[in-house]
Amino acid sequence: MEYSEKVMEHFRNPRNVGEIENPDGVGRVGNPVCGDIMELYIKVKDGVITDARFKTFGCGAAIATSSMVTELVKNKTIDDALKISNRAVADALGGLPPIKMHCSLLAEEALKKALDDYRGRTSIPASGKPVRKLQMG
Amino acid sequence: MKKIYLDNAATTPTDARVLEAMLPFFSQMYGNPSSLHAFGQEAKHAIEEARYIVAQFIGAKQEEIVFTSGGTESNNTAIKGVAYARREKGNHIITSKIEHHAVMEPCHFLEKQGFEVTYIPVDEFGLVDPADVKKAISGKTILISIIQANNEIGTIEPIAEIGKIARREGVYFHTDAVQTLGHVPVNVSELNVDILSASGHKLYGPKGVGILYVRKGIRMLPFMHGGDQEQGRRASTHNVPGIVGFGKAVELAKDEMANEIEQLTLLRDKMIKGILDSIEYARLNGHPQERLPNNVNVSISYVEGESMLLNLDMEGIACSTGSACTSSSLEPSHVLAAIGLSHELAHGSLRFTLGRLTSEEDIDYVLTRLPVIVRKLRAMSPLYKKEVK
Repeated sequence: MEYSEKVMEHFRNPRNVGEIENPDGVGRVGNPVCGDIMELYIKVKDGVITDARFKTFGCGAAIATSSMVTELVKNKTIDDALKISNRAVADALGGLPPIKMHCSLLAEEALKKALDDYRGRTSIPASGKPVRKLQMG
Repeated sequence: MKKIYLDNAATTPTDARVLEAMLPFFSQMYGNPSSLHAFGQEAKHAIEEARYIVAQFIGAKQEEIVFTSGGTESNNTAIKGVAYARREKGNHIITSKIEHHAVMEPCHFLEKQGFEVTYIPVDEFGLVDPADVKKAISGKTILISIIQANNEIGTIEPIAEIGKIARREGVYFHTDAVQTLGHVPVNVSELNVDILSASGHKLYGPKGVGILYVRKGIRMLPFMHGGDQEQGRRASTHNVPGIVGFGKAVELAKDEMANEIEQLTLLRDKMIKGILDSIEYARLNGHPQERLPNNVNVSISYVEGESMLLNLDMEGIACSTGSACTSSSLEPSHVLAAIGLSHELAHGSLRFTLGRLTSEEDIDYVLTRLPVIVRKLRAMSPLYKKEVK
């Protein structure tokens, strides 16, 4: 098993590590296969993801895919972000060893969960412009 | 960049003196020991000398040593060879939950062939209780196989005591001594073992050569069928350079082992203390005293082993981990599971195994780098935030 240069580069210098205060969406997933855990935070403005950050407990591939997915979603609309597949994350990293493909799935699932969370917090009218739900309580 | 090799349990560098002893046997003294002419007899003499050195070192007779291709072959031969030779007597084998794969997998194979295998659990330090072994023996038990010292956590098992029980019950007793030969005293009489496996490249010898000690009178089928080398116990042309190298490695161990045990134990304990003192939420895996002199195995909470390993590698430090992430099965180490570690702690394990070339400066260097790496990865870890803050 060998990691690509790109994987190692993202592992060495992961982008967007950390949390976002008052995020608009959070996706927390655990990988049942090997036990890795990832948290993805997104900030959304006018239907566009303006910031994404992550925290990950996992191997080199898990950290690199987390880093890459935050890069891929930034400045994307929600609809475009939803189209990002685990394959796209792996491809952007110059591929992953077959045994590590499940790590890219972790990144995709975290993203989908963060987007679901965002949509759950907001209602999206026909105009496509999200409106914050009123916080009750 | 400084390069520090702390993975000596995986393999050791071939000692220059071993290599020197081996070299003439490639293109000068290249005869086949089975040949009657002078070329063959010269090679024959060399392998018999190696056999003598090895036999002396472990308190065996020369004819009780069989040369093999390595630890895995020796273990396979021992387990399957005894199982098939004694099948009419019984079909029960006893082993432990912390064996190397080279013992565990032959046992799994035999289970599919109709044998029954009992896997004795270990305590939190990785120790097998001889009383548990005794309890597991039935009229059908034909073989007990317990590792002398575990390759991951370094715990040294009470082999002599288990051997005494086996002998009293008339059950063959095998031990996997791959991690111990040349590192701690191994004497087949004192240990009460009937069969013992060891490998050349774990004690500064070459890869591709191992030994199987088989006590006189022990019945065992061969694993390799073919020519009548090794008194019909292991066919195949002798690996003469390898066998000569094995002999030389043992000769060196005989002279240097006592000193190395003392040196490495000091370095080992310094490293363990250094890690536990400088990193919060870290624990030692394995037994604090009944432990190989060169083994440091720690679990560091909230971070994953492969990430630490890769970061250490970037700093020139080589070690290994029991993390699921680095195994092809994506299962965490069965040894760490057997001592009761949670999935997460097994995930965060690191093994450093010191060697003949390890210096105190090497240990100091690791002790300065590791805490920095752990801090960096913990800052990235969602678990650390939740548990600690």
